[in-house]
Amino acid sequence: MSVEQQPTGSGAAAILAAGMGSLALGVFAFAGDAVPALGRAFTFWQPTGALSGVTITAIAVWLISWFVLSRRWASRDVRLGPVNAAAFAMLAAALLLTFPPVMDALQGK
Amino acid sequence: MEISYRDMITVLHGMGFGVLFMLAFSGAIGVIYATAVVGPHWPRSKWDNAMFRFYLISMAALAWLATISGAYIIYPWYRAVPPAGTADLSTYPRALLLSNPHTAGWHDVGMEWKEHIAWFTPIAMTMVAYVFIKYGPRLALHRQMRNAVLGFTAVAFFSTAVAGLFGAFLNKYAPVRGGPDIVLMREN
Repeated sequence: MSVEQQPTGSGAAAILAAGMGSLALGVFAFAGDAVPALGRAFTFWQPTGALSGVTITAIAVWLISWFVLSRRWASRDVRLGPVNAAAFAMLAAALLLTFPPVMDALQGK
Repeated sequence: MEISYRDMITVLHGMGFGVLFMLAFSGAIGVIYATAVVGPHWPRSKWDNAMFRFYLISMAALAWLATISGAYIIYPWYRAVPPAGTADLSTYPRALLLSNPHTAGWHDVGMEWKEHIAWFTPIAMTMVAYVFIKYGPRLALHRQMRNAVLGFTAVAFFSTAVAGLFGAFLNKYAPVRGGPDIVLMREN
């Protein structure tokens, strides 16, 4: 197969957006648990409760950020070091925010 | 030999979508890593490349199916609130777990973590499939991009493992049961 260089922008946009979507999920999950009014607002579908709004909103953030970043970066070469660092920092924060003992500790429970 | 409708959907969610996805992981890691070891001329043919694209798209599809079926079909059965005065909580798994301090942690930690962490997997695997389709063998030329793809694949594996492990334990202590019985085999 012939192989030629391709700008890194599309890949960088997908990687950073995945980090942003993950962080949105962590933040919304934590906020919905910590603030009862937000938990009720996130209840888009009663049988699944706040999880419905948390996941649908996080996926919307992920897809919109991916779309916007792709439009900006598609034809450019983007430095991947800072993109990776930001994406993994957001992913790590998201993992911590969804871990119930951390959620409880941050709320002083 | 019978199984309840809800049991069958739970088996499909965990053993069908979830386990199949877990089994596919080693193949995904192996092929992405191979692009680093062999270089930009791997996969060697367009057919091999197309097959691996199909493989990663299937993994992402399985991740979405497992997560959506868990959150929007099984979770509502799990968290159903029993009518006041209900003594038999066997068809209300969440209430059953919370009724005993020795099992409450399976909900407070297990289900609370599982219901959120599982969602990292389809997000990560969709990104991984997209990047591989977009760049294919050229991933060998972008070491940092390949590292990000491998990192997100590893996080997807961890997230699925956590969700699957707690799913298995939760189903042991408070199985999701109910609905019409389905006869799998008649015994004489």
